[in-house]
Amino acid sequence: MTASLEMLETSAPAIEGRSPFLLAFRRLRRDKVAMVSLVVIVLIVLMAVFAPLFATITGHPPNEQYRDIGLTPDGLPRGPNGTFWLGTDDLGRDVLVRIAYGARVSLLVGVAATAITVAVGIVLGLAAGFLGGVVDTILARLIDVVLSVPFLLVAIALVSVTGPSLSITVLVIGFFSWASVARIVRGQVLSLREREFVEAARSLGAGDTRIMFVDVLPNVLAPVIVYTTLLIPVVIVTQATLSFLGLGLPPPTADWGGMISASQNYYTTAWWFILFPGLALLITTLAFNLFGDGVRDAFDPRADRLR
Amino acid sequence: MLVFLIRRIGHGILVLWLITLAVFGLFFVAPSNVAQSLAGRQATPETIALVKHRLGLDLPIWRQYLNFIENAAHGNLGFDYYHQVPVTTIIGQALPVTVSLALGAAVLWLLLGVFNGVISAVHPRSLADRGLTLFSLFFYSFPSFLLGLLLLYFLYFRLTLAGFEWFPAGGYTGITQELGSWVQHLILPWLALALLLAATYTRLTRGSMLDVLGEDYIRTARSKGIRESRVVVRHGLRSALTPVVTQFGIDLGQLVGGVVVIESVFSLPGLGKTAVTAINQQDLPVIIGIVLFASAAVVVANILVDIVYAVLDPRVRLH
Repeated sequence: MTASLEMLETSAPAIEGRSPFLLAFRRLRRDKVAMVSLVVIVLIVLMAVFAPLFATITGHPPNEQYRDIGLTPDGLPRGPNGTFWLGTDDLGRDVLVRIAYGARVSLLVGVAATAITVAVGIVLGLAAGFLGGVVDTILARLIDVVLSVPFLLVAIALVSVTGPSLSITVLVIGFFSWASVARIVRGQVLSLREREFVEAARSLGAGDTRIMFVDVLPNVLAPVIVYTTLLIPVVIVTQATLSFLGLGLPPPTADWGGMISASQNYYTTAWWFILFPGLALLITTLAFNLFGDGVRDAFDPRADRLR
Repeated sequence: MLVFLIRRIGHGILVLWLITLAVFGLFFVAPSNVAQSLAGRQATPETIALVKHRLGLDLPIWRQYLNFIENAAHGNLGFDYYHQVPVTTIIGQALPVTVSLALGAAVLWLLLGVFNGVISAVHPRSLADRGLTLFSLFFYSFPSFLLGLLLLYFLYFRLTLAGFEWFPAGGYTGITQELGSWVQHLILPWLALALLLAATYTRLTRGSMLDVLGEDYIRTARSKGIRESRVVVRHGLRSALTPVVTQFGIDLGQLVGGVVVIESVFSLPGLGKTAVTAINQQDLPVIIGIVLFASAAVVVANILVDIVYAVLDPRVRLH
């Protein structure tokens, strides 16, 4: 009897604990579309990081205007050629180099604004859901207010009053986006705080702050992670939209929305001027969305049922 | 139900009031040189002071706010700084454009989204499912201005160049003026908006259809020998549409103040474009009026959605 038990113990593979995150990560790694998207995202990040390399290789600084060789005698942008691989813009600047530098703006705003949004959203959502009472009433109304305001209109109005800059863009986007995260977190916490493990933590003498961040927070992370990956492309598009409406970064800073806005007057004569920045923007948002979609499927237990 | 309704409407009014406070605070605390630009570059300080006085800008901020609230309660949102036109008149002129744009696009994206969602759910993980998901995510990823410009390039510029003058470059004709021209001016903006929004509906319909199709009563319907198409549409789709209706209400409310870009790209004189013009001119009463109106649309849409939900699902009322 004891012998057979020992045999069982030795022959059975060691049982490893698999957290939901590990399971989700494994599912994600099997998702080919998500993995390809991830590679594309990494490439875009590399392009942003090594933007100066593009300037060195082509020999064209991002803001240098080549009015002689970069423009036709009529003053129009030049198409792709040996010197300017992706053509030039309306001021004779190298489109390729400016796209590489533009990636910095898009990614920086995308990551910074998303980080602020998620941090504020988590803290306020946790507070509202867990503390309840007056705190919840006030925060819930605040969430309603922020979600009811026409975001883009107010954002444009604010930026036009304060003047465009990188930090203003990040702040404005963060200010109007935290409410969605807070609402998700609040909804989850409302049901989580009634569970036994919260009571257990309390009986062990844990305070509100500790229970909120150590015990409750890990349980709401999955939907927040999904929302975050899908928020990055939304933020990137919002930044590009503000630029497109003339409220991006002050010139001559290269950014994709601004390039597309400038190319509007030339789209009948200079297709490359709109096509390449447009493609850069579209590929970036598409890669983030496809990756985010994969992350959502990986965290969604229902997705398993269909395989 | 009545208590639920009253509480819900009370919340809505509270939210709107908070928005007036926030909007007023944001725009009136910010430095403004609108009096200067109205009076002209060579205006004397006296003239500027006079202009300020006429616009009521010399009053303390709380007085301006109280005046605004009092007028708003009487249905008067003030007058624009430049031509003294009532803001309500400006909104009244722009609203039909935005509503035409939103409703026409809504028909398209509902058809597109629900149809694709049903196809995906009936054959989950099939080639069609993956293809449709990719298709909708592709357009979902488009920045609205880029999709608008792309449609303009191919369907206006290229077609016109090829001799087919089917679509204009932009602009708007009222539906009462000429129906054909109204449709012609709106097709491209409708298409752009519908393609951008359809993805949400494809995903929503797909998810909720998958849930519903796994229910026992669907198996019952099938075992009774009802045709598959009838099972899917009559038994499945009908109950799967609840979340779609909810999302639809919310989206319509948001669109009132959310079609800024599409209206700008296609030069449609709707609320969004009017607001952008007002923002460029620092025409505060118009900006505040449109922001408030758009917020009210969201609040009202949310209340309607909640009511529809409460009617469909009595459990909601308890919370």
